[in-house]
Amino acid sequence: MKDYSELNNQLSGLEDKLKKYREVLLANLVMIGEIPAPTGKEENRIQFILNRFDEAGLTDSSIDDAGNGIGVLSGKESEHALLLNAHADTIFDMRTDHTMQVASNEIMGPGVADNALGLAALVSLPYILEDLEIELRNDLVLLAGVKSLGRGNLEGIRFFLENNKFDIKNAICVEGIQLGRLSYSSIGMLRGEITCRVPETYDWSRFGDASAILTLNEVINKINDMRLPKRPRTSIVMGSIVGGSSFNTIARDATLGFEVRSESQEVVERAGETINDIVLEVSSKTGDQVELDIFAKRSPGGIPFAHPLTKCARSVMETLDIEPRLAPSISELSALINQNIPALTLGITVGEQTFKSNETIQIEPIYKGLAQLIGTILAVDGGYCE
Amino acid sequence: MTEDIVSKLQNWIDKNTYHHSEFWDLKKLVELKKKNNLTISLCLPTLNEEKTIGKELIIFRSELVERYPLIDEIAVIDSGSDDNTLEVAKNFGADTYLASDILPNLEPKRGKGENLWKAIYQLKGDIIVYVDADISNIHPRFVYGLVAPLIYREEVKYVKAFYDRPLAFSGNVRPSGGGRVTEILVRPLFSLFFPDLTAIIQPLSGEYAVRREVLEQIAFPIGYGVETSHLIDVYHKFGLEAFAQTDLDKRVHENKPTQALGKMSFGILQTFIKRAKALGVFEKAEHETLLRQFQAKRDQYEQNLIEIIEEERPPMIEIEEYRKKFKK
Repeated sequence: MKDYSELNNQLSGLEDKLKKYREVLLANLVMIGEIPAPTGKEENRIQFILNRFDEAGLTDSSIDDAGNGIGVLSGKESEHALLLNAHADTIFDMRTDHTMQVASNEIMGPGVADNALGLAALVSLPYILEDLEIELRNDLVLLAGVKSLGRGNLEGIRFFLENNKFDIKNAICVEGIQLGRLSYSSIGMLRGEITCRVPETYDWSRFGDASAILTLNEVINKINDMRLPKRPRTSIVMGSIVGGSSFNTIARDATLGFEVRSESQEVVERAGETINDIVLEVSSKTGDQVELDIFAKRSPGGIPFAHPLTKCARSVMETLDIEPRLAPSISELSALINQNIPALTLGITVGEQTFKSNETIQIEPIYKGLAQLIGTILAVDGGYCE
Repeated sequence: MTEDIVSKLQNWIDKNTYHHSEFWDLKKLVELKKKNNLTISLCLPTLNEEKTIGKELIIFRSELVERYPLIDEIAVIDSGSDDNTLEVAKNFGADTYLASDILPNLEPKRGKGENLWKAIYQLKGDIIVYVDADISNIHPRFVYGLVAPLIYREEVKYVKAFYDRPLAFSGNVRPSGGGRVTEILVRPLFSLFFPDLTAIIQPLSGEYAVRREVLEQIAFPIGYGVETSHLIDVYHKFGLEAFAQTDLDKRVHENKPTQALGKMSFGILQTFIKRAKALGVFEKAEHETLLRQFQAKRDQYEQNLIEIIEEERPPMIEIEEYRKKFKK
């Protein structure tokens, strides 16, 4: 049994001390959050983050070939590195009004939780650690990763992991919400779109029965009828649907966005094959074009519950009175798992209305969330997780 | 005469017009401020601004107090908001005042000008920078862009903000300038009676930084006329060289309906007439026929002079041919 007493001493009173940095953290949050950063168009946001790294005196900061923003807080010994990652992209397009509204206890705005707050924590950390006179033994590599969400398919972090020069021993992914989340494993996943199109050469004399939406409906019904095992746990999320143009025009196209998730890689693959069969079947029956595009996949994996890194994080959470909620993740964590880097995902505060323009986070729990993050960094750096 | 004014104003514009990006080096600015032994107070006049005040305070305190100690004091002076403006402001660390509590022996008046005026009494700084609290795209440049010319140049006393630089595109130039009231009312008035002041691109902008020694010597209209009166009074006492202006890029705030602009124009006109009469400009001025507007060419601002001569015909009855024809 590891003795965490010294670590616990470092944690004592930390939450209160962090209140001093409210303005610094929230100003970063607001300024980052107000720079639109849809997947693939994160340059302006990354440039701002780089400026922050430069201002904090991180001399080794740079933007890599994929567009990721990287800052390095050098340790005393610099033997290994701990990677701290927050994805920089959002699901909101450039035209969305990105104004953040600050009330006494909460902040509201598109992407404030996912992931302006994670990024704000990342860029504020060098300032906070220096001011608290916390000097780490190992390097802390701060990664604001691009092209993470949706079709981005973790491109930014994958590029970084394949090309970086650091000896990364552990990693922590930072998400704005929810405080208490502890993800250490990835589930299997397959993400794609099914698009139905009424062909240009369609015989319009078949008045009334030609509609891409009706065809897609047929596909959806068939996917819904698929038998999925209870063990290993598996689900299909039909997450978005887009189609047609107006009330009185036959829909020329319709698209379904879906995700298959399962604890078993085999089940994911089988489900993918079944969906492919459904697409072929509906296509041949209706004569419409039905296409399946699978653009993201994850393999299940991760570290065990009893891994020292997970144990450390749980101990830190317990000391700070945070109830851990264990949940697998399909985000950047899985890219780290693929590289066999023990990694965790942590949340900073509580929030709601995620993915809507009135996304909201609570200010007060942020200090606890930050204390948890710094505590986990100290634990890794102090050798508690080996 | 016209040529003289043109080149004088162009010189002034070239010398005294800045872009906020010229002052990005806050470390240097803070060092010089310390060396010059200056103190700076930020005043945010408010009336029902709970939606935007929190963000302004977070950003100013983080960037211009914690990281770079440029501002020594941040005060919110409120006209009596019905919403939670003061509570939010206090929560985010501002000194908060009700305008009516400052100089309580004076009869209270309600208006933005009142808050700006009372700030001179309440705040301690050698420089006071006023920033409206309704800006939704707030950024530290709204403060450092305005105080920097005062820190770098001793002879500058009053720095105005201007916004929304329209970029030149496809070789064309686009008109540049202020809002509707500026272009319809103030610019024509200044062109007629105070041509020098037409060099101020946005005379009505609510953001400016001013030295105490100037603020304490000028009167403050309580309502809409405060910005116009400042320009005329400072110009009268200290000349055009006392001014500078800084381009702060985009400013996002709620657009006002035309009726509200009518009220605003009426207030400005009253202030203007009062001053013009006192200075005798109506009598002295030969009526100018040049309207002075601005256009932007890349980074350069240029005056755009339009000659508008309002010629008149007399009543027809005075024309002999007319009288003959109609036997009058």
